[in-house]
Amino acid sequence: MAKNNRRAYLFIAPFVIVFLIFNIYPIFLTFYYSLTNYSGMGGIANAEFVGISNYVRLVTDTYFYEAFLNTIQIWGFNFVVQMLIALGLALLFSDIRLKLRGVSIFRALFYLPNIITIASVALLFNILLDWNHGALNQMLLSLGLIDSPINWLNSPAYAQSAVALIGAWMWFGNSFIILLAGISGISRDYYEAALIDGANWWKSFTNITLPQLKPILLYVLITSIIGGLQLFDLPMLLTDTRGAPQGSLNTMVLYLYNQAFRYNNFGYGATLAYGLFIITVIFSAITFRTMYRREVR
Amino acid sequence: MKKISVAKTFIYIALVLLVVICFIPFYMMIINATRTNSEILQGFTVIPGAAIFENYQTLISYMDVWRGFTNSLIVAVSVTILNAYFSALTAFALVVYDFKWKNVIFVTFLVMMMVPGQLGLIGLYDLSEALGMLDTYWPLIIPAIAAPFTVFFFRQYLITTMPMSLLEAGRIDGASEIHMFHRIVLPILMPAIATMGIFTFIGSWNNYITPLVILRSPELFTLPVMMGALRGSPVASNLGAMYLGIAISVVPIMIAFLFLSRYIINSISSGAVKG
Repeated sequence: MAKNNRRAYLFIAPFVIVFLIFNIYPIFLTFYYSLTNYSGMGGIANAEFVGISNYVRLVTDTYFYEAFLNTIQIWGFNFVVQMLIALGLALLFSDIRLKLRGVSIFRALFYLPNIITIASVALLFNILLDWNHGALNQMLLSLGLIDSPINWLNSPAYAQSAVALIGAWMWFGNSFIILLAGISGISRDYYEAALIDGANWWKSFTNITLPQLKPILLYVLITSIIGGLQLFDLPMLLTDTRGAPQGSLNTMVLYLYNQAFRYNNFGYGATLAYGLFIITVIFSAITFRTMYRREVR
Repeated sequence: MKKISVAKTFIYIALVLLVVICFIPFYMMIINATRTNSEILQGFTVIPGAAIFENYQTLISYMDVWRGFTNSLIVAVSVTILNAYFSALTAFALVVYDFKWKNVIFVTFLVMMMVPGQLGLIGLYDLSEALGMLDTYWPLIIPAIAAPFTVFFFRQYLITTMPMSLLEAGRIDGASEIHMFHRIVLPILMPAIATMGIFTFIGSWNNYITPLVILRSPELFTLPVMMGALRGSPVASNLGAMYLGIAISVVPIMIAFLFLSRYIINSISSGAVKG
């Protein structure tokens, strides 16, 4: 290895310079603004320092708690549905007795919604779920499944479920591929040994598949939490961009966006960004610890 | 044996049904993109209409979707190229050379990979304003030069695949270091560049919040921002044109995916198991 080669600095210089200016500096700047009442106009000179009052506001802000709960509810429902479908499919396709064909075609078809712009998907469902003229109600009515149109996007429970299910529809293919790769990586010797010992399907699932799959499950869970806490595009464009109905789609990032860029509360928006960051760190840490502790015992 | 083949038949039927359910929203979109507003108001049919050209005229009289398409392409291609080139250069320096701060830089990467993108959004907006870069593509493109995750991925790839003897041989032949990077390292990295390139491209193509904050002029809008603007525009009163606008933003990507799907999915599978 060439020691202390001066060219190394030259090669990493573009990365380091851009990283410091466009990554690190904005993060510190955001932190500074979270201690001010900056309105977003006039630059750093026009930001009046207000100490931790934005953070005091944050911990007493019922809208923030609401946004947090909304985000968690949507993410939780989404994750359960998404994982049930993905795990079910992964188990089917990896079953050594079934030997299903066409894995690559099904993987591709299930993955497809992942690559489509979420903004387009949100807009599409905004009109598909329309009360009067939406294609979903029209179809359900003509099939006789419902008697009168359902106002999907006007009830908090329906609207949150809609976001969760649209998310599950978009992302289950991704989880499916990852879980299938994980299950396929488990040595078949374990299963054959279990078969000889007379273990049934459920026994080998809980005693072999799940424990062996733990690192992959952890990966899926962590990426899903980090992504889920940042939910923005779908709730923003599915309804009125402010989290209607009754604030039920007001997620944390949507709240942040609206505070900073709609109402010009840059200071408080910056505080919300840090609140979101702290919550993300806490959730990831809890997930790591629970999974790790189970492994030890 | 017979029991299994009966079960398999049912499973295949269920799988096909799931595929059909997954594609119903896209099917509705494409059908309604060909129907007039009044036809759509009357109800849903499974047969396409004949109004696709009318809808297209309505759509492009208010919003130049192809412009949005080109804009998204310009941004995503620039981001993908910068991301690949500079991440490769940085990874190369990290793997091949020994220098002060090397470990500090590496640990910083690992920490930064966990930080959500929204954390610096307000700061990025303010920085762009200070640099006179608001309403330009620079704040969307330049940060691609510093992508910790890609560097990390390339670093791992280089450690396992690059023979150091090749570089030594190059040095003896008198090749410059940057020349060796272009001639030896970049070709070795190509499979990794392709893998990360696809995800970088998709990520940039779909990014909504950053261009939404940075861009003001409609002629600069990327496709996702344009979709957001579509809902508040006069087009929204013509559902057929709306559906067509969404379809234009979706269908080309679907077609591109059909060609690349095998490659993309293998990348996800291998990436997950290694990571």
